[in-house]
Amino acid sequence: MARNAQPISTCTIAGPIAAGTVFMLILAALVAVGAQAQWPVRFGVADWAALRFTVWQSFLSALLSVLFSIPVARALARRRFAGRAVLVTLLGAPFILPVIVAVMGLLVVFGRAGWVSQGLALFGLPPLSIYGLEGVVLAHVFFNMPLATRLILQGWQAIPAEQFRLAGQLGLPPAVVFRTLEWPVLRQVVPGAFALIFVICLTSFAVALTLGGGPRATTIELAIYQAFRFDFDLGRAALLSLVQLGVAGSAAVIALWVLPPITAHMGRDRTVQRWDAQSTGMRLLDTFWIVLAATFLLVPLAAITASGLIGLGQMPVQVWHAAWTSLWVATLCTVVLVALALPISIWLAQARWGGAEALTLIGLAASPLMIGTGWFIIINPFASPVSLALVVTALVNATMALPFAVRILMPAMRQVIAEYGRLSAGLGLSGFALWRIVILPRVRAPLGFAAGLSAALSIGDLGVVALFADGNRATLPLQMYRLMGSYRTDAAAGAALLLLAMALGLFWICDTWGRRHAES
Amino acid sequence: MLKVKDLRVALGDFTLSASFEVTQGQRVAVIGPSGAGKSTLLGALGGYVPATGTIIVNDKDVSAAALDQRGIAMLFQDGNLFPHLTLAQNVGLGLRPALRLRPDERAKATEALERVGLGAFKDRKPADVSGGQQSRAALARVLVQGKPLLLLDEPFAALGPALRGEMLDLTSEVARDTAATVLMITHAPEDAERAADQVIFVNAGRAEAPRPVADILTDPPEALRAYLGR
Repeated sequence: MARNAQPISTCTIAGPIAAGTVFMLILAALVAVGAQAQWPVRFGVADWAALRFTVWQSFLSALLSVLFSIPVARALARRRFAGRAVLVTLLGAPFILPVIVAVMGLLVVFGRAGWVSQGLALFGLPPLSIYGLEGVVLAHVFFNMPLATRLILQGWQAIPAEQFRLAGQLGLPPAVVFRTLEWPVLRQVVPGAFALIFVICLTSFAVALTLGGGPRATTIELAIYQAFRFDFDLGRAALLSLVQLGVAGSAAVIALWVLPPITAHMGRDRTVQRWDAQSTGMRLLDTFWIVLAATFLLVPLAAITASGLIGLGQMPVQVWHAAWTSLWVATLCTVVLVALALPISIWLAQARWGGAEALTLIGLAASPLMIGTGWFIIINPFASPVSLALVVTALVNATMALPFAVRILMPAMRQVIAEYGRLSAGLGLSGFALWRIVILPRVRAPLGFAAGLSAALSIGDLGVVALFADGNRATLPLQMYRLMGSYRTDAAAGAALLLLAMALGLFWICDTWGRRHAES
Repeated sequence: MLKVKDLRVALGDFTLSASFEVTQGQRVAVIGPSGAGKSTLLGALGGYVPATGTIIVNDKDVSAAALDQRGIAMLFQDGNLFPHLTLAQNVGLGLRPALRLRPDERAKATEALERVGLGAFKDRKPADVSGGQQSRAALARVLVQGKPLLLLDEPFAALGPALRGEMLDLTSEVARDTAATVLMITHAPEDAERAADQVIFVNAGRAEAPRPVADILTDPPEALRAYLGR
């Protein structure tokens, strides 16, 4: 009897082991949290308020991001102009931009003493206040509008050029082009983009920490932090963690059905020649949206750079220590991420079960603070959690980056298997040799991209570390937050610029490594 | 030598059955209409398509053997070379599944490339040589693999007629050098005339026993006549 043919023979247990490890890390945290929560559950007024605010701000953030992104994406899809490629690349930047840096930039522009408020003061108008719901949503839109724009743009760029040629030949007016070509894509992409942003905003912590707070603007994630940090009420932190898991988990499961693929190539974009919407009015409209989006995205970044350059000289020495700490946390996170993502993605790429991808979403559903709280509870009886704060931070960061990394790597893995599986198997390539000779060289570009993404996410993360760290230990984002909290704005701006440079630098190093030698 | 006994493949609604023998060193063209099961037949022999039955290559039952333990080298329509490796590295993989080769192995790979006229191109990557040269490099690997059975699933289909003929001649030379039995899928009777001794006609899920080329092409059975349009 001829045996069933196997397309590719990688180590088949590494993937399940890696995925199982991640699953157990999260499950252990969940069990610890569940054991610590006070039963029966008492859910107070403040907890309800946190739940309501979390869902409401996520809904608003997702809605506004998507609404704003549609005309911007449409304008970018229809127009070619100098700097368009740069702008499209920049749309990928908020993904690797440290949250706290962006918040700092938004404060410089929209804050009480910010540029806009100063402008309003000239006309005798009161200054803006972006603390509370407005600020949280503003920051979330700043981060996620570009993401939505890219997703929609990708969808539209996937429409075959011939269809636009045909539309041009028939002289279809913009409204008809919209209905026949653009709307069907929109209907596919928008629910996914909305769901993705909604889930991301549900577990967002740093934005709520810096711009939210108080009874009217506290997210569950922030409430966990406060219960932990200020009241040291592990029971309540644990209870809130369970709520968070329930909310984000169910949202992530729903999102799974509508989630769009995340493509590896940020800057690479295909332009399709279009003949519709050539009237002056349409041109002006598109120009308006492009200028508005570019201003919204670029001015806060410019503000960071400008105020950061002034502040660089005023940074206390702790900032440099923190920068060094962040660097190795990010490095450890990236190493762990790569070690997990490679076996998991090749395993899932071969899985016959279509829902295998769902497993990767567990990282999205489990909030970092929930995992952090759980591991604090586990470690506490045996060792000082504070001394392990940075290691736990790196591991949690890796877990958070894992869903993105796996989604980025899996298409490349599928392609390797489809194109070179037969050849490799026929030549008897297996195990380590298969990885070294075939798989790694073929997935190098997306691997570099995923590693860069995780390094940038990790170095910019202000999450678990805020829960654990004491005065002696801080990552750069935490140090920056402390400077902001003590009103040393210039020094904080300097730290922000340093952090920005490090995040972009790490991403650039990894991504460039991936692209080098990444021949056809 | 190749012996196939009661080979059966079932893929959904499609089934293929085959029982035949080919003596060593014979070059056999596999002809038949699209969808008749030519690729499935070769895939099953190579171990790429799950099948039941017995496959014996040079007196060894390889029905259940791993892909690289069946004594079979196979070339597909595409994906015969790794694009990120040099031609020499690609050929070297036929000697040992590792990139660091011993000096004698490296010499052997170079020799094989010289044999197919690519001595000067050994450090190039597949994208930097022509389609015909890529085919030559794949044949150089077949040469160093030295397997007793060579299966060709139209690896030269994308080449022009002259180049394809050249490749078929080179295949014959490689097969002679390694004393290999060859099964090649083809659509063109002239390819069979040029490079095959026998023909297996595959039709409606059945592979018929091989017959000499001259016989079958001068007096084709009804179904083959319909396929050839004669």
